[in-house]
Amino acid sequence: MSKVNARAILLSLIILVVAGGVWEALNQPPAATEALTEYELLLGTSDNEARVPPPSQVLKHAWAELSNPFYDAGPNDKGIGIQLAYSLYRVLAGYFAAALIAIPLGFIIGMSPLIHKALNPFIQVLRPISPLAWMPLALFIIKDSEQSAIFVIFICSIWPMLINTAFGVANVRKDWVNVARTHELSQLKTAFLVILPAAAPTILTGMRISIGIAWLVIVAAEMLVGGTGIGYYVWNEWNNLDLNSVIFSILMIGIVGMLLDMALGAVAKLVKYEE
Amino acid sequence: MSKSFVSLENLSKVYPSKNGDLTVFDEVDIKINKGDFVCIIGHSGCGKSTILNILAGLDKPSSGSVIMDGKEVDGPSLDRGVVFQNYSLLPWLTTLQNVNFGVAARQPNWSKDKVQQHSTKYLEMVGLKSALNKKPSELSGGMRQRVSIARAFATNPKLLLLDEPFGALDALTRGVIQDELLKIWSETKQTVFMITHDVDEAILLADHILLMSNGPHARVAESVKINISRPRNRANIIEDPAYYKIRNHLVNFLINCPEERPAAKSNSDGTPVMIDPSLDSVSKVEKVSNITETGNVKKLTV
Repeated sequence: MSKVNARAILLSLIILVVAGGVWEALNQPPAATEALTEYELLLGTSDNEARVPPPSQVLKHAWAELSNPFYDAGPNDKGIGIQLAYSLYRVLAGYFAAALIAIPLGFIIGMSPLIHKALNPFIQVLRPISPLAWMPLALFIIKDSEQSAIFVIFICSIWPMLINTAFGVANVRKDWVNVARTHELSQLKTAFLVILPAAAPTILTGMRISIGIAWLVIVAAEMLVGGTGIGYYVWNEWNNLDLNSVIFSILMIGIVGMLLDMALGAVAKLVKYEE
Repeated sequence: MSKSFVSLENLSKVYPSKNGDLTVFDEVDIKINKGDFVCIIGHSGCGKSTILNILAGLDKPSSGSVIMDGKEVDGPSLDRGVVFQNYSLLPWLTTLQNVNFGVAARQPNWSKDKVQQHSTKYLEMVGLKSALNKKPSELSGGMRQRVSIARAFATNPKLLLLDEPFGALDALTRGVIQDELLKIWSETKQTVFMITHDVDEAILLADHILLMSNGPHARVAESVKINISRPRNRANIIEDPAYYKIRNHLVNFLINCPEERPAAKSNSDGTPVMIDPSLDSVSKVEKVSNITETGNVKKLTV
Protein backbone atom coordinates (compact mmCIF):
# COMPACT_ATOMS: atom_id res chain seq x y z
CA MET A 1 0.00 0.00 0.00
CA SER A 2 2.72 2.44 0.99
CA LYS A 3 4.50 1.48 -2.19
CA VAL A 4 1.46 2.53 -4.20
CA ASN A 5 1.28 5.76 -2.22
CA ALA A 6 4.92 6.56 -2.87
CA ARG A 7 4.48 5.94 -6.58
CA ALA A 8 1.33 8.07 -6.65
CA ILE A 9 3.17 10.96 -5.01
CA LEU A 10 5.98 10.61 -7.54
CA LEU A 11 3.51 10.63 -10.41
CA SER A 12 1.73 13.68 -9.01
CA LEU A 13 5.04 15.53 -8.81
CA ILE A 14 5.89 14.59 -12.40
CA ILE A 15 2.52 15.88 -13.62
CA LEU A 16 3.01 19.09 -11.64
CA VAL A 17 6.49 19.69 -13.03
CA VAL A 18 5.50 18.91 -16.64
CA ALA A 19 2.32 21.01 -16.57
CA GLY A 20 4.10 23.88 -14.81
CA GLY A 21 7.01 23.61 -17.24
CA VAL A 22 4.77 23.78 -20.31
CA TRP A 23 2.88 26.75 -18.80
CA GLU A 24 6.18 28.50 -18.04
CA ALA A 25 7.66 27.80 -21.47
CA LEU A 26 4.61 28.97 -23.42
CA ASN A 27 4.46 32.32 -21.66
CA GLN A 28 7.98 33.66 -21.99
CA PRO A 29 8.30 37.05 -23.68
CA PRO A 30 10.51 36.79 -26.79
CA ALA A 31 14.10 37.88 -26.19
CA ALA A 32 14.75 41.33 -27.50
CA THR A 33 16.66 41.16 -30.80
CA GLU A 34 17.61 44.80 -30.92
CA ALA A 35 18.26 47.52 -28.46
CA LEU A 36 15.20 48.77 -26.62
CA THR A 37 13.77 52.15 -27.44
CA GLU A 38 13.36 54.67 -24.71
CA TYR A 39 9.67 53.84 -24.44
CA GLU A 40 10.37 50.12 -24.32
CA LEU A 41 12.91 50.75 -21.58
CA LEU A 42 10.22 52.45 -19.58
CA LEU A 43 7.97 49.42 -20.05
CA GLY A 44 10.85 47.06 -19.29
CA THR A 45 10.11 44.97 -22.40
CA SER A 46 9.71 45.22 -26.16
CA ASP A 47 6.84 42.69 -26.00
CA ASN A 48 3.55 44.24 -27.07
CA GLU A 49 1.44 41.20 -26.27
CA ALA A 50 -0.12 40.65 -22.85
CA ARG A 51 0.61 37.17 -21.55
CA VAL A 52 -0.63 34.91 -18.82
CA PRO A 53 2.00 35.24 -16.11
CA PRO A 54 4.18 32.12 -15.91
CA PRO A 55 4.19 30.07 -12.69
CA SER A 56 7.51 31.47 -11.60
CA GLN A 57 5.99 34.94 -11.41
CA VAL A 58 2.80 33.72 -9.78
CA LEU A 59 4.80 31.89 -7.13
CA LYS A 60 6.92 34.93 -6.45
CA HIS A 61 3.74 36.99 -6.06
CA ALA A 62 2.11 34.30 -3.91
CA TRP A 63 5.09 34.30 -1.60
CA ALA A 64 4.86 38.06 -1.19
CA GLU A 65 1.12 37.91 -0.51
CA LEU A 66 1.30 34.99 1.87
CA SER A 67 4.15 36.48 3.88
CA ASN A 68 1.89 39.39 4.79
CA PRO A 69 -1.68 38.06 4.47
CA PHE A 70 -3.48 40.42 6.85
CA TYR A 71 -2.39 43.90 5.77
CA ASP A 72 -5.11 46.44 5.22
CA ALA A 73 -4.22 49.38 3.01
CA GLY A 74 -7.72 50.64 2.22
CA PRO A 75 -10.78 49.22 0.49
CA ASN A 76 -8.92 48.38 -2.71
CA ASP A 77 -5.90 46.76 -1.11
CA LYS A 78 -6.37 44.18 1.58
CA GLY A 79 -4.33 41.06 2.28
CA ILE A 80 -5.49 37.67 1.01
CA GLY A 81 -6.01 36.48 4.57
CA ILE A 82 -8.53 39.24 5.26
CA GLN A 83 -10.42 38.54 2.03
CA LEU A 84 -10.56 34.79 2.73
CA ALA A 85 -11.68 35.45 6.29
CA TYR A 86 -14.59 37.56 5.04
CA SER A 87 -15.63 34.81 2.62
CA LEU A 88 -15.27 32.08 5.22
CA TYR A 89 -17.33 34.07 7.69
CA ARG A 90 -20.16 34.45 5.14
CA VAL A 91 -20.01 30.82 4.07
CA LEU A 92 -20.01 29.48 7.61
CA ALA A 93 -22.75 31.84 8.80
CA GLY A 94 -25.05 30.91 5.91
CA TYR A 95 -24.08 27.25 6.12
CA PHE A 96 -24.76 26.81 9.82
CA ALA A 97 -28.00 28.74 9.60
CA ALA A 98 -29.01 26.34 6.83
CA ALA A 99 -27.94 23.32 8.89
CA LEU A 100 -29.96 24.57 11.84
CA ILE A 101 -33.10 24.50 9.71
CA ALA A 102 -32.38 21.73 7.21
CA ILE A 103 -31.41 18.98 9.64
CA PRO A 104 -34.42 19.20 11.99
CA LEU A 105 -36.77 19.77 9.07
CA GLY A 106 -35.19 16.87 7.15
CA PHE A 107 -35.69 14.73 10.23
CA ILE A 108 -39.39 15.54 10.30
CA ILE A 109 -39.76 14.97 6.56
CA GLY A 110 -37.96 11.64 6.87
CA MET A 111 -40.13 10.52 9.79
CA SER A 112 -43.48 11.60 8.37
CA PRO A 113 -44.61 10.47 4.92
CA LEU A 114 -47.42 13.02 5.14
CA ILE A 115 -45.11 15.99 5.61
CA HIS A 116 -42.77 14.56 2.98
CA LYS A 117 -45.57 14.48 0.43
CA ALA A 118 -46.84 17.92 1.45
CA LEU A 119 -43.48 19.67 1.25
CA ASN A 120 -42.05 17.79 -1.72
CA PRO A 121 -43.59 20.05 -4.43
CA PHE A 122 -42.07 23.14 -2.80
CA ILE A 123 -38.69 21.51 -2.46
CA GLN A 124 -38.72 20.34 -6.05
CA VAL A 125 -39.52 23.84 -7.37
CA LEU A 126 -37.18 25.79 -5.09
CA ARG A 127 -34.21 23.45 -5.29
CA PRO A 128 -33.22 23.98 -8.95
CA ILE A 129 -33.21 27.80 -8.63
CA SER A 130 -29.73 29.19 -9.02
CA PRO A 131 -28.84 30.73 -5.67
CA LEU A 132 -27.74 33.94 -7.41
CA ALA A 133 -31.24 34.40 -8.80
CA TRP A 134 -32.32 35.14 -5.24
CA MET A 135 -29.82 37.99 -4.99
CA PRO A 136 -32.03 40.90 -6.24
CA LEU A 137 -34.90 39.82 -4.04
CA ALA A 138 -32.59 39.38 -1.08
CA LEU A 139 -31.03 42.81 -1.61
CA PHE A 140 -34.48 44.39 -1.81
CA ILE A 141 -35.84 42.67 1.28
CA ILE A 142 -32.75 42.59 3.48
CA LYS A 143 -31.33 45.92 2.26
CA ASP A 144 -27.82 44.85 3.20
CA SER A 145 -25.37 43.40 0.71
CA GLU A 146 -23.35 41.57 3.35
CA GLN A 147 -26.39 39.78 4.73
CA SER A 148 -27.77 39.17 1.27
CA ALA A 149 -24.60 37.22 0.46
CA ILE A 150 -25.10 35.18 3.62
CA PHE A 151 -28.70 34.56 2.60
CA VAL A 152 -27.57 33.29 -0.81
CA ILE A 153 -25.21 30.85 0.91
CA PHE A 154 -28.03 29.82 3.23
CA ILE A 155 -30.42 29.10 0.38
CA CYS A 156 -27.88 27.13 -1.68
CA SER A 157 -26.62 24.95 1.17
CA ILE A 158 -30.02 24.10 2.59
CA TRP A 159 -31.12 21.65 -0.14
CA PRO A 160 -28.48 18.93 -0.04
CA MET A 161 -28.65 18.82 3.74
CA LEU A 162 -32.44 18.76 3.75
CA ILE A 163 -32.75 16.05 1.13
CA ASN A 164 -29.97 13.87 2.52
CA THR A 165 -31.27 14.11 6.07
CA ALA A 166 -34.78 13.20 4.96
CA PHE A 167 -33.45 10.30 2.88
CA GLY A 168 -31.19 9.03 5.66
CA VAL A 169 -33.92 9.20 8.29
CA ALA A 170 -36.55 7.59 6.05
CA ASN A 171 -34.23 4.71 5.21
CA VAL A 172 -33.03 3.73 8.64
CA ARG A 173 -33.19 -0.07 8.73
CA LYS A 174 -36.52 -1.22 10.05
CA ASP A 175 -34.78 -3.76 12.29
CA TRP A 176 -33.11 -0.98 14.25
CA VAL A 177 -36.37 0.88 14.66
CA ASN A 178 -37.90 -2.41 15.85
CA VAL A 179 -35.11 -2.73 18.40
CA ALA A 180 -36.10 0.68 19.72
CA ARG A 181 -39.77 -0.32 19.74
CA THR A 182 -39.23 -3.60 21.57
CA HIS A 183 -37.22 -1.68 24.16
CA GLU A 184 -40.10 0.76 24.67
CA LEU A 185 -38.04 3.79 23.74
CA SER A 186 -39.96 7.07 23.55
CA GLN A 187 -40.18 8.88 20.21
CA LEU A 188 -37.57 11.37 21.33
CA LYS A 189 -35.18 8.71 22.60
CA THR A 190 -35.66 6.69 19.43
CA ALA A 191 -34.82 9.78 17.40
CA PHE A 192 -31.62 10.51 19.30
CA LEU A 193 -30.40 7.03 20.23
CA VAL A 194 -31.28 5.10 17.08
CA ILE A 195 -32.33 7.20 14.10
CA LEU A 196 -29.78 9.99 14.45
CA PRO A 197 -26.72 7.73 14.70
CA ALA A 198 -28.13 5.48 11.98
CA ALA A 199 -28.71 8.39 9.60
CA ALA A 200 -25.63 10.38 10.61
CA PRO A 201 -23.39 9.21 7.74
CA THR A 202 -26.04 10.18 5.17
CA ILE A 203 -26.60 13.53 6.89
CA LEU A 204 -22.86 14.19 6.86
CA THR A 205 -22.73 13.40 3.15
CA GLY A 206 -25.37 16.10 2.64
CA MET A 207 -23.40 18.53 4.78
CA ARG A 208 -20.29 17.81 2.77
CA ILE A 209 -22.06 18.45 -0.53
CA SER A 210 -23.51 21.66 0.92
CA ILE A 211 -20.22 23.12 2.05
CA GLY A 212 -18.78 22.44 -1.41
CA ILE A 213 -21.67 24.22 -3.10
CA ALA A 214 -21.53 27.11 -0.62
CA TRP A 215 -17.86 27.65 -1.38
CA LEU A 216 -18.59 27.61 -5.13
CA VAL A 217 -21.39 30.12 -4.76
CA ILE A 218 -19.66 32.59 -2.43
CA VAL A 219 -17.17 33.58 -5.16
CA ALA A 220 -19.95 34.49 -7.57
CA ALA A 221 -22.01 36.16 -4.85
CA GLU A 222 -19.11 38.35 -3.76
CA MET A 223 -18.40 39.34 -7.36
CA LEU A 224 -21.94 40.74 -7.34
CA VAL A 225 -22.11 42.38 -3.93
CA GLY A 226 -18.51 43.60 -3.91
CA GLY A 227 -16.64 45.26 -1.08
CA THR A 228 -14.81 42.37 0.53
CA GLY A 229 -14.23 38.66 0.17
CA ILE A 230 -12.28 36.41 -2.13
CA GLY A 231 -14.86 36.68 -4.95
CA TYR A 232 -14.62 40.45 -4.86
CA TYR A 233 -10.82 40.16 -4.73
CA VAL A 234 -10.66 38.09 -7.93
CA TRP A 235 -12.89 40.50 -9.81
CA ASN A 236 -11.12 43.56 -8.42
CA GLU A 237 -7.71 42.24 -9.46
CA TRP A 238 -9.13 41.56 -12.92
CA ASN A 239 -10.16 45.21 -13.06
CA ASN A 240 -6.66 46.10 -11.89
CA LEU A 241 -5.33 43.84 -14.66
CA ASP A 242 -3.20 42.08 -12.06
CA LEU A 243 -3.27 38.55 -13.46
CA ASN A 244 -0.70 37.37 -10.93
CA SER A 245 -3.21 38.09 -8.19
CA VAL A 246 -6.05 36.54 -10.18
CA ILE A 247 -4.23 33.25 -10.62
CA PHE A 248 -2.99 33.32 -7.06
CA SER A 249 -6.49 33.84 -5.69
CA ILE A 250 -7.90 31.09 -7.92
CA LEU A 251 -5.39 28.72 -6.34
CA MET A 252 -6.30 29.92 -2.87
CA ILE A 253 -10.01 29.32 -3.54
CA GLY A 254 -9.16 25.75 -4.50
CA ILE A 255 -7.01 25.17 -1.43
CA VAL A 256 -9.56 26.59 1.02
CA GLY A 257 -12.35 24.58 -0.64
CA MET A 258 -10.25 21.44 -0.25
CA LEU A 259 -9.62 22.19 3.43
CA LEU A 260 -13.35 22.71 4.05
CA ASP A 261 -14.11 19.38 2.44
CA MET A 262 -11.38 17.65 4.42
CA ALA A 263 -12.77 19.08 7.66
CA LEU A 264 -16.24 17.74 6.89
CA GLY A 265 -14.68 14.45 5.78
CA ALA A 266 -12.99 14.15 9.17
CA VAL A 267 -16.31 14.69 10.95
CA ALA A 268 -17.95 12.13 8.66
CA LYS A 269 -15.32 9.61 9.69
CA LEU A 270 -16.35 10.04 13.33
CA VAL A 271 -19.95 9.05 12.72
CA LYS A 272 -19.28 6.36 10.16
CA TYR A 273 -20.15 2.80 11.07
CA GLU A 274 -19.80 -0.51 9.33
CA GLU A 275 -22.70 -2.89 9.15
CA MET B 1 -56.10 -23.93 30.43
CA SER B 2 -57.33 -20.46 31.32
CA LYS B 3 -54.31 -20.03 33.54
CA SER B 4 -51.94 -20.24 30.60
CA PHE B 5 -49.21 -17.66 30.78
CA VAL B 6 -49.51 -16.70 27.14
CA SER B 7 -52.54 -17.37 25.06
CA LEU B 8 -53.22 -16.57 21.44
CA GLU B 9 -56.90 -16.75 20.68
CA ASN B 10 -58.41 -17.24 17.27
CA LEU B 11 -55.65 -15.26 15.63
CA SER B 12 -55.73 -14.52 11.92
CA LYS B 13 -53.78 -12.42 9.48
CA VAL B 14 -55.30 -11.29 6.20
CA TYR B 15 -53.50 -9.27 3.55
CA PRO B 16 -55.92 -7.46 1.27
CA SER B 17 -54.94 -7.68 -2.38
CA LYS B 18 -56.48 -6.90 -5.75
CA ASN B 19 -57.36 -10.52 -6.45
CA GLY B 20 -59.19 -11.01 -3.20
CA ASP B 21 -57.87 -11.17 0.31
CA LEU B 22 -54.99 -13.44 1.15
CA THR B 23 -55.51 -15.19 4.45
CA VAL B 24 -52.09 -16.29 5.62
CA PHE B 25 -53.36 -18.03 8.70
CA ASP B 26 -56.53 -18.11 10.71
CA GLU B 27 -58.00 -19.82 13.72
CA VAL B 28 -54.61 -19.99 15.35
CA ASP B 29 -54.88 -20.85 19.03
CA ILE B 30 -51.76 -21.33 21.09
CA LYS B 31 -51.31 -21.63 24.81
CA ILE B 32 -47.93 -21.41 26.48
CA ASN B 33 -47.32 -22.21 30.12
CA LYS B 34 -44.89 -20.27 32.25
CA GLY B 35 -41.36 -21.55 31.96
CA ASP B 36 -42.06 -23.54 28.83
CA PHE B 37 -39.76 -23.64 25.85
CA VAL B 38 -41.96 -23.77 22.78
CA CYS B 39 -40.70 -24.13 19.23
CA ILE B 40 -42.80 -23.58 16.15
CA ILE B 41 -42.03 -25.34 12.88
CA GLY B 42 -43.66 -24.96 9.52
CA HIS B 43 -42.88 -24.34 5.88
CA SER B 44 -41.97 -20.87 4.67
CA GLY B 45 -44.93 -18.60 4.16
CA CYS B 46 -47.17 -20.17 6.77
CA GLY B 47 -46.93 -17.06 8.90
CA LYS B 48 -44.64 -18.16 11.72
CA SER B 49 -42.74 -14.89 11.70
CA THR B 50 -45.97 -12.93 11.60
CA ILE B 51 -47.20 -14.79 14.68
CA LEU B 52 -43.95 -13.99 16.44
CA ASN B 53 -44.17 -10.33 15.42
CA ILE B 54 -47.75 -10.18 16.69
CA LEU B 55 -46.58 -11.71 19.97
CA ALA B 56 -43.83 -9.08 20.10
CA GLY B 57 -46.37 -6.36 19.42
CA LEU B 58 -44.59 -5.27 16.24
CA ASP B 59 -47.45 -6.44 14.02
CA LYS B 60 -51.18 -6.48 14.49
CA PRO B 61 -53.46 -9.46 13.86
CA SER B 62 -56.43 -9.05 11.53
CA SER B 63 -58.56 -10.63 14.19
CA GLY B 64 -58.13 -12.43 17.46
CA SER B 65 -56.11 -11.44 20.46
CA VAL B 66 -52.95 -12.20 22.38
CA ILE B 67 -53.04 -12.26 26.14
CA MET B 68 -49.92 -12.48 28.25
CA ASP B 69 -49.96 -12.65 32.00
CA GLY B 70 -53.58 -11.56 32.10
CA LYS B 71 -53.05 -8.51 29.90
CA GLU B 72 -53.77 -8.02 26.23
CA VAL B 73 -50.71 -7.48 24.06
CA ASP B 74 -51.07 -4.10 22.42
CA GLY B 75 -47.76 -2.91 21.04
CA PRO B 76 -44.16 -3.75 21.87
CA SER B 77 -43.04 -4.06 25.45
CA LEU B 78 -39.92 -4.79 27.42
CA ASP B 79 -41.82 -7.73 28.88
CA ARG B 80 -41.22 -9.50 25.61
CA GLY B 81 -37.62 -9.68 24.46
CA VAL B 82 -36.98 -10.39 20.80
CA VAL B 83 -33.94 -11.97 19.18
CA PHE B 84 -34.12 -11.35 15.46
CA GLN B 85 -32.67 -13.64 12.83
CA ASN B 86 -30.36 -10.91 11.55
CA TYR B 87 -29.22 -10.07 15.10
CA SER B 88 -30.35 -6.42 14.83
CA LEU B 89 -27.44 -5.05 16.77
CA LEU B 90 -26.82 -1.34 16.47
CA PRO B 91 -23.62 -1.22 14.41
CA TRP B 92 -22.35 2.06 15.82
CA LEU B 93 -22.30 0.66 19.36
CA THR B 94 -19.84 -1.80 20.84
CA THR B 95 -20.87 -5.21 22.12
CA LEU B 96 -21.15 -3.92 25.66
CA GLN B 97 -22.99 -0.76 24.61
CA ASN B 98 -25.50 -2.84 22.68
CA VAL B 99 -26.35 -4.85 25.78
CA ASN B 100 -26.26 -1.68 27.93
CA PHE B 101 -28.82 -0.24 25.53
CA GLY B 102 -31.28 -2.96 26.47
CA VAL B 103 -30.50 -2.97 30.19
CA ALA B 104 -30.72 0.83 30.48
CA ALA B 105 -34.10 0.77 28.74
CA ARG B 106 -35.32 -1.88 31.17
CA GLN B 107 -33.86 -0.30 34.30
CA PRO B 108 -33.91 3.46 33.76
CA ASN B 109 -33.07 4.07 37.43
CA TRP B 110 -29.90 2.03 37.51
CA SER B 111 -26.58 3.81 37.67
CA LYS B 112 -24.23 3.54 34.73
CA ASP B 113 -21.96 1.23 36.68
CA LYS B 114 -24.76 -1.10 37.64
CA VAL B 115 -25.97 -1.31 34.04
CA GLN B 116 -22.43 -2.01 32.91
CA GLN B 117 -21.97 -4.76 35.50
CA HIS B 118 -25.25 -6.41 34.65
CA SER B 119 -24.50 -6.37 30.91
CA THR B 120 -21.01 -7.69 31.43
CA LYS B 121 -22.37 -10.58 33.46
CA TYR B 122 -24.67 -11.66 30.64
CA LEU B 123 -21.97 -11.22 28.02
CA GLU B 124 -19.74 -13.45 30.11
CA MET B 125 -22.49 -16.04 30.17
CA VAL B 126 -22.36 -16.26 26.39
CA GLY B 127 -18.57 -16.31 26.37
CA LEU B 128 -17.95 -12.83 25.01
CA LYS B 129 -15.88 -11.40 27.83
CA SER B 130 -13.01 -10.68 25.48
CA ALA B 131 -15.13 -8.86 22.91
CA LEU B 132 -16.81 -6.24 25.08
CA ASN B 133 -15.41 -3.29 23.21
CA LYS B 134 -15.66 -4.61 19.68
CA LYS B 135 -18.12 -3.30 17.13
CA PRO B 136 -20.56 -5.81 15.61
CA SER B 137 -18.78 -5.53 12.25
CA GLU B 138 -15.68 -7.00 13.88
CA LEU B 139 -17.58 -10.05 15.14
CA SER B 140 -18.51 -13.28 13.38
CA GLY B 141 -22.17 -14.15 12.82
CA GLY B 142 -22.18 -16.51 15.77
CA MET B 143 -20.70 -13.92 18.09
CA ARG B 144 -23.21 -11.32 16.93
CA GLN B 145 -26.07 -13.66 17.68
CA ARG B 146 -24.60 -14.28 21.12
CA VAL B 147 -24.63 -10.53 21.77
CA SER B 148 -28.23 -10.41 20.65
CA ILE B 149 -29.14 -13.30 22.97
CA ALA B 150 -27.27 -11.67 25.85
CA ARG B 151 -29.15 -8.41 25.20
CA ALA B 152 -32.49 -10.22 25.29
CA PHE B 153 -31.75 -12.24 28.44
CA ALA B 154 -30.18 -9.26 30.22
CA THR B 155 -33.45 -7.32 30.02
CA ASN B 156 -35.07 -10.25 31.82
CA PRO B 157 -38.29 -10.30 29.81
CA LYS B 158 -41.28 -12.38 30.85
CA LEU B 159 -41.37 -13.94 27.41
CA LEU B 160 -38.46 -14.40 25.07
CA LEU B 161 -39.15 -14.50 21.35
CA LEU B 162 -36.53 -16.00 19.08
CA ASP B 163 -37.03 -15.64 15.33
CA GLU B 164 -34.88 -18.33 13.73
CA PRO B 165 -31.91 -17.17 15.76
CA PHE B 166 -29.51 -19.73 14.34
CA GLY B 167 -30.76 -19.72 10.76
CA ALA B 168 -27.73 -17.91 9.37
CA LEU B 169 -25.09 -19.82 11.31
CA ASP B 170 -22.97 -22.79 10.33
CA ALA B 171 -23.75 -26.12 11.97
CA LEU B 172 -20.83 -26.10 14.41
CA THR B 173 -21.45 -22.60 15.70
CA ARG B 174 -25.13 -23.34 15.86
CA GLY B 175 -24.53 -26.36 18.12
CA VAL B 176 -22.34 -24.39 20.50
CA ILE B 177 -24.83 -21.55 20.84
CA GLN B 178 -27.72 -24.00 21.26
CA ASP B 179 -25.90 -25.43 24.26
CA GLU B 180 -25.30 -21.93 25.62
CA LEU B 181 -28.95 -21.04 25.11
CA LEU B 182 -30.01 -24.19 26.99
CA LYS B 183 -27.63 -23.35 29.80
CA ILE B 184 -28.90 -19.79 30.22
CA TRP B 185 -32.47 -20.92 29.86
CA SER B 186 -32.09 -23.55 32.58
CA GLU B 187 -30.64 -20.87 34.87
CA THR B 188 -33.23 -18.20 34.19
CA LYS B 189 -36.30 -20.37 33.57
CA GLN B 190 -37.61 -17.89 31.05
CA THR B 191 -40.63 -18.67 28.91
CA VAL B 192 -39.40 -19.00 25.34
CA PHE B 193 -41.18 -18.99 22.00
CA MET B 194 -38.86 -19.82 19.12
CA ILE B 195 -39.18 -20.20 15.39
CA THR B 196 -36.89 -22.71 13.75
CA HIS B 197 -36.55 -24.71 10.56
CA ASP B 198 -34.35 -27.29 12.17
CA VAL B 199 -36.15 -30.36 13.51
CA ASP B 200 -33.18 -31.53 15.59
CA GLU B 201 -32.75 -28.11 17.10
CA ALA B 202 -36.41 -28.05 18.06
CA ILE B 203 -36.24 -31.46 19.74
CA LEU B 204 -33.10 -30.51 21.63
CA LEU B 205 -34.54 -27.27 22.99
CA ALA B 206 -38.29 -27.51 23.25
CA ASP B 207 -40.86 -28.77 25.70
CA HIS B 208 -43.47 -28.54 22.98
CA ILE B 209 -43.19 -28.19 19.25
CA LEU B 210 -46.03 -26.55 17.39
CA LEU B 211 -46.45 -27.78 13.84
CA MET B 212 -48.03 -25.43 11.36
CA SER B 213 -49.80 -26.54 8.22
CA ASN B 214 -49.14 -24.79 4.94
CA GLY B 215 -50.66 -21.47 4.03
CA PRO B 216 -52.88 -19.92 2.92
CA HIS B 217 -55.27 -20.54 5.77
CA ALA B 218 -52.44 -22.05 7.74
CA ARG B 219 -53.04 -23.08 11.31
CA VAL B 220 -51.32 -24.85 14.11
CA ALA B 221 -52.11 -28.47 13.35
CA GLU B 222 -50.42 -30.24 16.21
CA SER B 223 -48.64 -29.62 19.43
CA VAL B 224 -45.97 -32.25 19.89
CA LYS B 225 -44.77 -32.94 23.40
CA ILE B 226 -41.07 -33.61 23.69
CA ASN B 227 -40.93 -36.22 26.37
CA ILE B 228 -37.18 -36.32 26.85
CA SER B 229 -35.75 -35.63 30.27
CA ARG B 230 -33.57 -32.61 30.93
CA PRO B 231 -30.81 -31.63 31.07
CA ARG B 232 -30.39 -32.55 27.46
CA ASN B 233 -27.33 -32.20 25.36
CA ARG B 234 -26.55 -32.78 21.75
CA ALA B 235 -24.35 -35.78 22.42
CA ASN B 236 -26.70 -37.98 24.39
CA ILE B 237 -30.10 -36.87 23.19
CA ILE B 238 -29.93 -39.11 20.14
CA GLU B 239 -29.61 -42.14 22.41
CA ASP B 240 -32.97 -41.46 23.97
CA PRO B 241 -35.51 -43.98 22.64
CA ALA B 242 -38.06 -41.26 22.18
CA TYR B 243 -35.77 -39.17 19.99
CA TYR B 244 -36.28 -40.95 16.68
CA LYS B 245 -39.96 -41.48 17.25
CA ILE B 246 -40.38 -37.75 17.71
CA ARG B 247 -38.06 -36.93 14.86
CA ASN B 248 -39.85 -39.30 12.49
CA HIS B 249 -43.15 -37.85 13.46
CA LEU B 250 -42.00 -34.29 12.82
CA VAL B 251 -40.29 -35.07 9.52
CA ASN B 252 -43.29 -37.07 8.45
CA PHE B 253 -45.53 -34.11 9.13
CA LEU B 254 -43.31 -31.70 7.27
CA ILE B 255 -42.96 -33.94 4.22
CA ASN B 256 -46.61 -34.89 4.04
CA CYS B 257 -47.62 -31.48 5.21
CA PRO B 258 -51.35 -31.22 4.67
CA GLU B 259 -51.99 -28.83 1.81
CA GLU B 260 -55.62 -28.63 2.70
CA ARG B 261 -56.54 -27.21 6.02
CA PRO B 262 -56.91 -30.15 8.35
CA ALA B 263 -60.35 -31.21 9.44
CA ALA B 264 -61.34 -30.23 12.92
CA LYS B 265 -58.84 -32.03 15.04
CA SER B 266 -58.56 -29.51 17.75
CA ASN B 267 -59.73 -29.50 21.30
CA SER B 268 -62.90 -27.81 22.32
CA ASP B 269 -61.08 -24.56 23.14
CA GLY B 270 -59.50 -24.45 19.72
CA THR B 271 -55.98 -25.34 20.81
CA PRO B 272 -54.32 -27.99 18.69
CA VAL B 273 -54.32 -31.61 19.77
CA MET B 274 -51.36 -32.59 21.79
CA ILE B 275 -49.33 -35.51 20.59
CA ASP B 276 -46.63 -37.42 22.35
CA PRO B 277 -44.87 -39.62 19.83
CA SER B 278 -42.71 -41.18 22.54
CA LEU B 279 -45.67 -42.99 24.05
CA ASP B 280 -46.69 -45.03 21.08
CA SER B 281 -46.39 -45.18 17.37
CA VAL B 282 -48.98 -42.51 16.84
CA SER B 283 -47.31 -41.03 13.86
CA LYS B 284 -50.60 -40.86 12.02
CA VAL B 285 -52.93 -38.26 13.43
CA GLU B 286 -55.96 -40.12 12.10
CA LYS B 287 -55.49 -42.71 14.79
CA VAL B 288 -56.26 -40.20 17.47
CA SER B 289 -59.79 -40.82 18.44
CA ASN B 290 -60.13 -39.83 21.99
CA ILE B 291 -58.31 -37.36 24.11
CA THR B 292 -58.47 -37.27 27.82
CA GLU B 293 -56.87 -34.80 30.06
CA THR B 294 -55.02 -35.70 33.21
CA GLY B 295 -53.76 -32.70 35.06
CA ASN B 296 -51.93 -30.42 32.77
CA VAL B 297 -50.65 -33.15 30.51
CA LYS B 298 -52.91 -34.55 27.90
CA LYS B 299 -52.63 -38.21 27.16
CA LEU B 300 -53.61 -39.89 24.00
CA THR B 301 -55.77 -42.91 24.00
CA VAL B 302 -55.57 -44.82 20.79
